[in-house]
Amino acid sequence: MSVEETRTVQARPATPARRVNTKELWSARGLLLPAVVVLVLLTQVPFVVTIVFSLLRWNLLYPDDRGFTGLGNYASALTSGDLGPSIVATVLITAFSVALSVVLGLAFAVLLDRDFRGRALARTLMITPFLVMPAAASLIWKYSMFDTTIGMLDWLSRTLHLPVVAWSTDHPLASVVIVLTWQFTPFMMLILLAGLQGQDRGILEAAQVDGAGAWRTFTWITLPHLRMYVEIGVLLGSVIILQVFDPIAILTKGTGGTKTLAYLLYERAFIGLDVGQAAAYGVVTVILTIIVATVALRTLFKVFMAGGSR
Amino acid sequence: MRTSRLMPGAGALVAVVALAACSSGAVSSGSGSGGSGTPVTLNLATVNNGQMKDMEKLKGEYEKSHPGVTVNFQVMEEGDLRAAVTADVASHAGQYDIVTIGAYETPQWGANGWLVDLTPDLKADASYDVNDILPPVRDVNTYDGKLYAVPFYGESSFLMYRKDVLSKAGITFSGTPTWQEVAAAAKKVDSPGMSGICMRGKPGWGDLFGPLTTVIETFGGSWYDKDWNATVNTPEWKQAVTFYKQLLDDSGEADPVSYSFNECLTAVKEGKAAMWADATVAASMLEAADSPVKGKMGYVPMPVVKTKQSGWLWSWNLAIPSSTKKKAAAIDFVKWATSKDYIKLVGQKIGWSNVPPGSRTSTYEIPEYKQAAAAYAPLTLDVMSSVNPKQPGLNPQPWVGIQYVSIPEFQDVGNQCAQLIADYIAGRSSVDDALSKCQAIAQKAGDAHKK
Repeated sequence: MSVEETRTVQARPATPARRVNTKELWSARGLLLPAVVVLVLLTQVPFVVTIVFSLLRWNLLYPDDRGFTGLGNYASALTSGDLGPSIVATVLITAFSVALSVVLGLAFAVLLDRDFRGRALARTLMITPFLVMPAAASLIWKYSMFDTTIGMLDWLSRTLHLPVVAWSTDHPLASVVIVLTWQFTPFMMLILLAGLQGQDRGILEAAQVDGAGAWRTFTWITLPHLRMYVEIGVLLGSVIILQVFDPIAILTKGTGGTKTLAYLLYERAFIGLDVGQAAAYGVVTVILTIIVATVALRTLFKVFMAGGSR
Repeated sequence: MRTSRLMPGAGALVAVVALAACSSGAVSSGSGSGGSGTPVTLNLATVNNGQMKDMEKLKGEYEKSHPGVTVNFQVMEEGDLRAAVTADVASHAGQYDIVTIGAYETPQWGANGWLVDLTPDLKADASYDVNDILPPVRDVNTYDGKLYAVPFYGESSFLMYRKDVLSKAGITFSGTPTWQEVAAAAKKVDSPGMSGICMRGKPGWGDLFGPLTTVIETFGGSWYDKDWNATVNTPEWKQAVTFYKQLLDDSGEADPVSYSFNECLTAVKEGKAAMWADATVAASMLEAADSPVKGKMGYVPMPVVKTKQSGWLWSWNLAIPSSTKKKAAAIDFVKWATSKDYIKLVGQKIGWSNVPPGSRTSTYEIPEYKQAAAAYAPLTLDVMSSVNPKQPGLNPQPWVGIQYVSIPEFQDVGNQCAQLIADYIAGRSSVDDALSKCQAIAQKAGDAHKK
């Protein structure tokens, strides 16, 4: 084959391909444009509107007193003294609930990874709490479990002659964390179970052949393998639990150090009926959530990276 | 939120255009002859309480006698209702033609020009008999001499107790008891299986402060003096709030911070509480046919300390937003739903104990109702006619209302202070700390109303 020939052979597919590229790319872009515009409008416009609202003096109950106030709403949000405790509450509730549900989720995932009769049924039962609506879950716990008159925990402690625990009054933070852990353990379990079942059986067998016991195999092979799955679980769990609202509204109403940013925002918007102030809190919340999430995840990933090879 | 507002708005607009030809006069005649024109749809927003659900069941009777009129009910939880209705009425969106509002909102919204003044229409109709509406309820719904809403039902508060438990302990109440007497009695009957008393401790302006404000008022305290200076950090408040916590600690339910009206109702019905001071409307549930404590309950007026009586006053009212385009039809329906005939209709169709209480004097003269509600109706009427919403405490106040302050900021102030006091009740902070923080919050709201 001559040099000339080789050139044409190479060039031939290249030229029509480029022509198709520019033409089809533009028509493809053109077709996508409406979708992109709608997407941008749907995702970004509400946030832009929120920013505009946050610069207004606008309380629904004073319809005639409406106007531009600059950064006044931000100043009152930052100086009211509600923001600090609220950030602490959000971080504590998220951290405890995520950590507990990862640990419990791992335990249940390991149990369900084994073969036994009725495993499918057990798995379905285990997943159920995650399928219950958050408000319903909180109500179930409030009345069926925590209540000091008709709750099951009350019945149990009376039967065993133990003192009755007043959950919302004495342990508000713990009761919120318990409900969230109950709800999110199945979620973590599902992710970790997928990780466990994706393990290379050959490596496990090799470890057995090499004389490693169950515990050694678990800590040296299974756990490093699960690292990625834990990270995904923690990331998704944190993002969801950061915005959690129902258990606080139903169990504690924001008392006893459980007033998370989401609940604070709700109070400003629907009890204060102050659109401007609520919008300012919303913007501050978004910024803080991004900061907290970024910092938390960076440190977390660093810890995991340093932990060993992947 | 914006788009969801637009849709019903657009629907309403279409309806308005369609209605433009239909003269409202024809509909307001109420005789049913106006039905020949274009059909009218009235949108009514209301709260999911039993009496309102009964109204929804009975609306067919109204539609039957008024052909062409359809009443479209939107029933919501109290909190959702307040948020939805406030947003709609404040922005003049015109989504609702009739709204259900509390005694707290009526005067404020009337002052804002958000509601239709009902006075001329109601006075013009002799059969409606405005003077039959209980005077204190009329007072709280009046602003500047104009009636902006009419009560659908009303309530006060009283002390409910288990006759069998208290008589076994040798306790009898004659007339109005004092809070000290009640606290002593509660301590005496308190046992591991049954708390001496159940009182609301759940943070929330309508939850905790319902009963607590009346306790504060009878101890001589008030939210504001007559010049809108907050008076929360006063000795009277401190006495009342510490008394309330002591009562709960000594003989209240175990988990006060999660208890409000419904939780206490369950506790009393289950035989887990011997006494309960709360809304008069609770009695109709305790005396219902399926209630385990039916016939075992005694009722006396709300306990007092320094004032003569201490019952609160609340009413759920029907009002018409000034943004409605169907004013005449809306007024006609409101008159029907709050009339003497409607009350009799509920009694005949649903049951005499389900009659909307506390709105009309004549209700308490109906023989069937007198018989069905013999245990609590006379006392309810007595308490409701004797409370004074213009001055419930010892000192004059610049607003009309008991257990709430009718300024827009109050639900926010009440909510924040209730959380502070709930923290004190749970033992997480001191009374001085809670009250001084509450004072600052209340003062900020009061400053906005100083002349």
